[in-house]
Amino acid sequence: MFGMIRGVWDYRGFILTSIKNEFIARFARSKLGGLWMIIHPLAQVAIYALILSNVLGARLPGIENKYAYALYLIAGILAWNLFAEIVGRCLTVFIEQGNLMKKMRFPRIALPVIVVGSCLLNNLLLFVAVLVIFAVLGHSPNVQMFWLIPLTLAVVSLAVGIGLVLGVLNVFLRDIGQVVPIILQVWFWFTPIVYSVNIVPDYLKDTLDVNPMFAIVSAYHNVLVYKVSPDLQQVGVTFIIAVGLMLLGLFLFRRASAEMVDSL
Amino acid sequence: MTLLSVANVGKAYRAYRSEWQRMARWFYIPVKASQEHWVLKHVSFNIAAGEAIGIVGQNGAGKSTLLKMITGTLQPTEGKVQVNGRIAAILELGMGFNAELTGRQNVYHAAGLMGFNTQQIDGVIDDIEAFAEIGEYFDQAVRTYSSGMQMRVAFSVATAFRPEILIIDEALSVGDSYFQHKSFGRIKEFQRAGTTLLIVSHDRGAIQALCNRAILLDGGTVIKDGAPEEIMDYYNAIIAQKENATVEVQTLADGTVQTRSGSGKASIDSVALYNTEGTPVEYVSVGEDVCLNIKVKVNAPLPELVVGYVIKDRLGQDVFGTNTHHLQCARKDLSEGELLSYQFRFPANLGVGSYSVAVALHASDVHVVDNYEWRDLALVFNVVNVSQSTFVGLAWIPPTVECK
Repeated sequence: MFGMIRGVWDYRGFILTSIKNEFIARFARSKLGGLWMIIHPLAQVAIYALILSNVLGARLPGIENKYAYALYLIAGILAWNLFAEIVGRCLTVFIEQGNLMKKMRFPRIALPVIVVGSCLLNNLLLFVAVLVIFAVLGHSPNVQMFWLIPLTLAVVSLAVGIGLVLGVLNVFLRDIGQVVPIILQVWFWFTPIVYSVNIVPDYLKDTLDVNPMFAIVSAYHNVLVYKVSPDLQQVGVTFIIAVGLMLLGLFLFRRASAEMVDSL
Repeated sequence: MTLLSVANVGKAYRAYRSEWQRMARWFYIPVKASQEHWVLKHVSFNIAAGEAIGIVGQNGAGKSTLLKMITGTLQPTEGKVQVNGRIAAILELGMGFNAELTGRQNVYHAAGLMGFNTQQIDGVIDDIEAFAEIGEYFDQAVRTYSSGMQMRVAFSVATAFRPEILIIDEALSVGDSYFQHKSFGRIKEFQRAGTTLLIVSHDRGAIQALCNRAILLDGGTVIKDGAPEEIMDYYNAIIAQKENATVEVQTLADGTVQTRSGSGKASIDSVALYNTEGTPVEYVSVGEDVCLNIKVKVNAPLPELVVGYVIKDRLGQDVFGTNTHHLQCARKDLSEGELLSYQFRFPANLGVGSYSVAVALHASDVHVVDNYEWRDLALVFNVVNVSQSTFVGLAWIPPTVECK
């Protein structure tokens, strides 16, 4: 474990240039470049808002803003987008970088670290865009937003935990790479992002607690939309699950990394 | 000092009845592999600082697997690889290059991948740019490069810092011949400064020019470890070997090793060098007209017979070689028991030194097809300078000079 941390530290320069290069490469031969990373989730928000706001707009208690539904959507997407991007990219990172892993010696843990760094950068840009949109819609920033720092950490831990486990398994069992995007789609609809939690029938409410992303998305809603502190107990449970998954992921990664190169 | 020690290393690729069984092993549940495929087994050797070692062998002999284990990207299944010092491996040039980024940005990235930090790269970036010699392209996107230019940049980064061990896998033919000379020069410079070289190549010239030792791998094990000429001769013999042919290695009186191989359908009866008076000679003066006499015995009916010879210098590098196919003197439909005598006449336009002649009997124009007999060191002769003005080098190319 300490070896991994040392490796990451020794290669910090490489990790930073990789993140930077990925960002620069996105702007090459593309007028909007990295902005597309913001435009995609915002377009998604716009579509849902246009189609669903009339259906759901009235059902959001506690806020008077007439764009309440849009704010709600944006907050949820901000959290989900980070989660889905990290999981999706960790899933394929070892396969994509297979040749590099076979030909060069470097700490392989750097690969998921680069993924996380790059996704965090995207998420930061998206967050800035969100602040601008919130301001335009008449929703001012507030002190509760500082909760986003630990919340982001929780999303990242959860996503890295799941992503590492699946990414390692995907090297050996490529079906995982195909099935995970489908599961993520289903998971998205089973998390109250597009709809509000109070339209969920009572007999299904308990099952929501099983979903670790529910706690995180709710916390994002609380902080960004309702301007209140998140439910720490709920988030805490998710965080513990996330850390557990991350340890499992790192364990698998360590045990499998020698064989991974054989199978790539 | 042992810089690199490879001790009883083996590599097996394992297959399991199901991938779940493989995964169960990570959780310390003992599961037996359903299939084990050993690509390397019991490989052991030590390399001291400053040595230059060529690793040769046919495709699939396990050369690249061995290099990957030394580099550290592959873990050996058994045994141990111990390295004392920094390894730089050129297993594939241009690894990790991003086509959209400039040469300069890619250099930082690639050097970072080798474990250098930004300050260290800042210190050598000018050298890298100068060595690659691609001018203003250095600051343009790599996708606009020709493959040769990309190779130049890649080689320049890979060798920007002198490592203790440099591993090169078939990467010596980098770019155009100008850059090949330049990269060769850099490798030699490293060698002089004490870098140990580990080279995989099928290029006999490169191995003999750079290495002082060679290791021959075949079927995943080391079958020979010794002087490059000896190993390369043996390796050539293996390639030329047909099913029921033999490879025979014989130590000559002076300690050198002679390799003979072939199916024996025709055999070399005698090889001798004569001067113009018709007496056999061992010493030849520069520029003297000589005659190489090769007597061949046909042991089985042959559809075709080509006799070839190569004159080699003392390092085993080819100086000149040809055969009767190229000389339009191939003989067809020979019957058993025939005795043929060939006379190759040429002026010994060679530099001062010791030379050997290798002789091959085969069908068609290359010796690997239907090899009847191949004999290295069939004849050794010396060239001395008795009548010409002093000169250096392998060849005698007498000039005239004018000064106006």
